[in-house]
Amino acid sequence: MGMTRIDDNPAGGRAAVTVRGLVKHYGETKALDGVDLDVREGTVMGVLGPNGAGKTTLVRILSTLITPDAGQATVAGYDVVRQPRQLRRVIGLTGQYASVDEKLPGWENLYMIGRLLDLSRKDSRTRADELLERFSLTEAAKRPASTYSGGMRRRLDLAASMIGRPAVLYLDEPTTGLDPRTRNEVWDEVKAMVGEGVTVLLTTQYMEEAEQLASELTVVDRGKVIANGGIEELKARVGGRTLRVRPVDPLQLRPLAAMLDELGITGLAATTVDPETGTLLVPILSDEQLTAVVGAVTARGITISSITTELPSLDEVFLSLTGHRAGAPQDITPAETREEVAV
Amino acid sequence: MSAATLTPAAATKGDTPIPLRAHLRHTGALIRRNLLWIRQDPESMFDAILFPVIFTLLFVYVFGGSIGQSLGGGQDQYVQYVVPGLMAMMGMNMAQGVGTGFNQDFNSGVMDRFRSLPIGRGSVLFAKIAVELMRMLFATVVLMIVALLVGFDITNWAGLLASVGLSALFGSALMWVFLTLGVVMKSAQSVQAMGFLVLMPLQFGSSIFAPTASMPGWLRNFTDYNPLSALADTARGLMVGGPVTHGLWVTLIWSAGLTAVMAPVAIYKFRTKS
Repeated sequence: MGMTRIDDNPAGGRAAVTVRGLVKHYGETKALDGVDLDVREGTVMGVLGPNGAGKTTLVRILSTLITPDAGQATVAGYDVVRQPRQLRRVIGLTGQYASVDEKLPGWENLYMIGRLLDLSRKDSRTRADELLERFSLTEAAKRPASTYSGGMRRRLDLAASMIGRPAVLYLDEPTTGLDPRTRNEVWDEVKAMVGEGVTVLLTTQYMEEAEQLASELTVVDRGKVIANGGIEELKARVGGRTLRVRPVDPLQLRPLAAMLDELGITGLAATTVDPETGTLLVPILSDEQLTAVVGAVTARGITISSITTELPSLDEVFLSLTGHRAGAPQDITPAETREEVAV
Repeated sequence: MSAATLTPAAATKGDTPIPLRAHLRHTGALIRRNLLWIRQDPESMFDAILFPVIFTLLFVYVFGGSIGQSLGGGQDQYVQYVVPGLMAMMGMNMAQGVGTGFNQDFNSGVMDRFRSLPIGRGSVLFAKIAVELMRMLFATVVLMIVALLVGFDITNWAGLLASVGLSALFGSALMWVFLTLGVVMKSAQSVQAMGFLVLMPLQFGSSIFAPTASMPGWLRNFTDYNPLSALADTARGLMVGGPVTHGLWVTLIWSAGLTAVMAPVAIYKFRTKS
């Protein structure tokens, strides 16, 4: 097996990450079952999939935290198995698992990582100051990271992963557990970083996040790539949207859901109730279905206070690509806030 | 801030080794981190202060009189007996804490960050051990102050230093055991509980607190082979006089053996933990 040359990439452009036939099994569980992936230099690749699809396993292999059972992967030309130390010099890792030291102040975290990346004392200090400024954390520099808000923590995570000026940045579910406002904040930071030319591999459960940040998508499920391509292309293939309907009387939610399912005028996924917002999520495939749903609601004499359309939900994407549901019901809505995961 | 452009296809096939100087720099940066923990959370030093104070006072004043009598003297005699024993224990007690902190690092995700950086994996372990040894030395100083206050008579300063060294040596050998537990076990609490369960019988089933002569035969078989007895007897010999050679060898062999077996195991478990 020769090394994959960086400019051998069929997709055009230079490949920052090349993955071929990657396999990782945990006992009976096939976390990765032959994954191929190409990320071109300077682009953002979104890896979209439900919990347990193998996204984190992929990131952990690409950051040399674990070794694959079979297959090949190179990052910036370095092989993940044979050149882990050189590879670690060119990557940055941020995510649900790789984190900062909560007990250390923000500045100390960044300084420490500078020293671990072989920067001189002076350069480590300068870089720490620079990045705290860049991520608006200068005022919190001396406070332990444990006192930071969720958004500040993620910004510090991002700053920590940028110390070595990485060529490739992995963002592993960067906004899981954040409230919508903080999520937007993190997205803005990521967009700014991408504008500066970093290549990003982003894993996410949220269609909306992929839409916001990624230029290309790889959809994974049960350790396999089930689709890839440009975002627009995939959306066109899925062809679905989600209609969010809010009846004035929340007691109408369930009867309404039952009625729509019975009529069979909706998309592939089931109609679901989101009790927190008092809305009904109706998958639709076309403008005709949208009209039919509105018609049915009106015919029933139910007063509604709002109606909006959203991107296809992850569930809808999955159903149309694989014919089975993505996962637990809480993963259905793209814009929903999950509980902070214990880290 | 601009991102580095990608180097064209990496010229070499192999991986670059980490120079020794870089290893030392990394270990230094991680020692600084562990010391900052103490500054952020001074309470973490409580055990290093309270353990020697409480144990000394408890044993000297509660058991001191009666055990001292059986030694053919009184409380004063017991002080001379128990302080070297406590000194011997110090390394072991500090060793216990290393696994707990290590386990927390894994669970907090900061370990993944370290492992994705181009540093030798040993640096993380060595930094932890270095800081625990500093804590141990601190606890030893506290112990000596309390010991002097309760009337301990230091006759042999060189012997005292040698005992501290021996206790540190045995303690750092034990740290590899606790580091392994820290890597393997799921939670910091279970590491702590496990450490307690292992150490409790070892501590009390030894000659640290009381002479073994009056113990039943089966227990004496245990205490005689317990490395802590050898360590305590050696410390006693070095500090207040008595036989040293046999216990010294036993302690050295145990320390070397534990390190030779457990250090590779700890490093291996650390490297391969996923």
